[in-house]
Amino acid sequence: MARTLATLGLSAAFLVSCGSKDTTLIKADGSSTVYPITEAVAEQFKKSNPKVNITVGISGTGGGFKKFCAGEIDLADASRPIKPTEEEACKKSGVEYIEVPVAYDGIAIVVHPSNDWAKSITTEELKKLWEPEAQGKIKKWSDVRAGWPDKEIHLFGAGVDSGTYDYFSEAITKKEKSTRGDYTSSEDDNVLVQGIANDPLALGFFGIAYFEENKERLKVVPVDDGKSDNGDGPITPTATTVRDGTYQPLSRPIFIYLSKKSLERPEVMALGKFYLAEAPKLVPEVGYVPLQPKAYELATARVEKKLTGSLFAGKGGQVGVSIEDVLEKGAQ
Amino acid sequence: MTAAAETEAEPAARASSPPDKLTASSGNGVERAFRAICILAIALPLLLLVVLFGSALVEAWPRLSWGFLSSYPSRKAIEAGILPALVGSAALMGLTAVMAIPVGLGAALYLEEYAKPGRITSLIELNISNLAGVPSIIYGLLGLELFVRILDLGRSLIAGAATLALLLLPMVVMASREALRTVPRSLREASFALGADRWQTLRRVVLPMCMPGVLTGVILSLARAIGETAPLITIGALTYVAFLPDGVTSPFTALPIQIFNWVSRPQPAFHVNAAAGIIVLLVLMLLMNGVAIILRTRLRKRIYW
Repeated sequence: MARTLATLGLSAAFLVSCGSKDTTLIKADGSSTVYPITEAVAEQFKKSNPKVNITVGISGTGGGFKKFCAGEIDLADASRPIKPTEEEACKKSGVEYIEVPVAYDGIAIVVHPSNDWAKSITTEELKKLWEPEAQGKIKKWSDVRAGWPDKEIHLFGAGVDSGTYDYFSEAITKKEKSTRGDYTSSEDDNVLVQGIANDPLALGFFGIAYFEENKERLKVVPVDDGKSDNGDGPITPTATTVRDGTYQPLSRPIFIYLSKKSLERPEVMALGKFYLAEAPKLVPEVGYVPLQPKAYELATARVEKKLTGSLFAGKGGQVGVSIEDVLEKGAQ
Repeated sequence: MTAAAETEAEPAARASSPPDKLTASSGNGVERAFRAICILAIALPLLLLVVLFGSALVEAWPRLSWGFLSSYPSRKAIEAGILPALVGSAALMGLTAVMAIPVGLGAALYLEEYAKPGRITSLIELNISNLAGVPSIIYGLLGLELFVRILDLGRSLIAGAATLALLLLPMVVMASREALRTVPRSLREASFALGADRWQTLRRVVLPMCMPGVLTGVILSLARAIGETAPLITIGALTYVAFLPDGVTSPFTALPIQIFNWVSRPQPAFHVNAAAGIIVLLVLMLLMNGVAIILRTRLRKRIYW
C-alpha cells in the first residue's frame, strides 16, 4: 500500500515538475464570441515568439471585464464596448485600458428552410416581437405581420449572459437587457441552430458564423431598418453588407481591451500590434468579418500611443457612424 | 474473478435463511418475470453506453491519431490536438489523489477505529453523507473563494486539484469506511490478543486488508472527477493553453473544458474534434477503472486468512 501511494505521489510530482521557467505569460480572457480570433492570433504569435506563453479563457464579456478591471489579466475579449459600471470598477483599481476594435460580427435572424412567408422583416416588427410587452401577447406569426400564417411562433435566442443578447436587446428594443423572457435561450449557439433547424415555426437570432456553417439547414431573413441612408429595403447579412455598414442595426464591432500597464511589457505591445496586423487574414479564417484596412491602421496607432479610454461605450450600435470615423475622431 | 469471490462469500453470511425456501419459489411466473425485468435493467444501460460510445467513435474515427494526442490546440480543426488538456487532466488527477487519499483515509480511520460512538460522531457521519450529494458547482464556488482568492493560489493547477479533492473527499471517506468495515472484528481481537497495540493492529492487519476496497473507491471517484467540468470552469481553468504546466501554480486546461469549447464552435470540423476528445476521455476512464480492478485483485492475493 505504501508503495502504491508513493508511486502515485511520485508520478504526480514528475508530471508537474517538467518544463522550464524562462518564459513569459500573457493572459487573455472574456467573450466566447471573440475567443476564436484571439485563439488564432495567439497560435500564430507563438510560432514567431516561442518564449511567450499566451492563455485564453472564456468567461463571457462581463466575466472578462471583471478579471480585467481587477488587474488579473492583460487582455479582455469583449463582444460589446465596456459599460459604465465596468469603467467605474477599472478606475477604482487603477486599471487603464486601450480599446481596440478587431472585427465585425453580424447577428442573423434565422428561420426554418421550409418557412416560405418570412421573406424579410423590419426592425419595427422585430421590436414588436421581442420587446418585454410582447410576452404572452405576440404568440402567432400573424401577430407580427398581417398576412403571415395564423400559426404559433417559436422563438430562439442567445442567453442573457452573452454579449450577443446585450447587443440584440440594445439594437432592437433600444434598451439594455430588455426583451421578452418566454423564448428558448442557450449560451451555446449550436443548440439554437439545432432547435431552429427542427422547428418549421421557429424564428431566432445568433452570430452570423453559425448561420454560414449551417446554410443548408437554415434560412436567413433579410432585415429592413426603414432608413435609406444605409441602403434601401431589406438587407441580407453577408460579409459585404456587415462590413460596409448597410446591414444595420444588427452588425456590431467586437473588441479587445488591453491594459495600459501590461502594454509597458514589450511582449504585450508586440502581441497588440501583431493582433491588428494579422487580423485581416485571421478574422475571416475563423468566420468573422474584418474591419476596413484604414480602421486597423488607426487602431494600431492607438495601441502604439497607448491612448486610453473608450470611444465606443454607449454608442456601439449607432447607425451611420463607421468605425474609421470614430477612431479618427478619437485620434484628434 | 473478484465478483465470484464475493458471491461465494454471501451464502455463508446468510446461512440463517433456509435454503429449501429459495429453491421452492424458483421457476414460477413471477420469478421469471422478475428475472426478465432484471435482465432488461442491465441491458438498457449497456445498450445506451454502446450506442453513445459507438456514435462518438464513428464520428471521431478520422481524427483519432497520435497527432491528435500530441498537438496543441489550433484554429484549424484538423491540426488541433489535446496535449495540454490531456497533461492537465493527468496532473490534476495525480495531485487530487495525493491530497484526497491521506485526508479521506485518515478521516475514515478516525471515524471507524478511534471515534467513540455518540452524538458528535453521528453528526459528522450525517454531514459527510450529505456532502457527497452536494452538486459539484458548489464545490467550484467554494474552491474559487477559498483556494483562488483567500489562499491566493490563483487560477492554477493546485487550486483546481484542491477543489476536486474537496469534491472527492466525502466519497473517499465513505468508500474507505465501507472497506474498513469489511475487516472482521475477530481479526482485530486476535491481533490485540497477541499483544499488538491499536497502531500495530491498524498498520499490520486492518490497513492491508482494507486497501483493495479503499483503492477501488478512490480510483472510481477519480474516474468521476476526471469528467467534472463545472467546478473547473468556476475556478477558472482556461480554454486555450498552448504549453504544458511547469509547476503546480501553472495555469492549466482539462479535457472536459477542451471538449466543451469544441462542441460550441460553429464549424462542424471542431465537432469531430470534440467527439475524438470524448473518446479519449472515455478510454482514460475505462483505463482507470481497469487499474482499479487489477489493483484490487492483486492486493487481495496478498491476504491470507
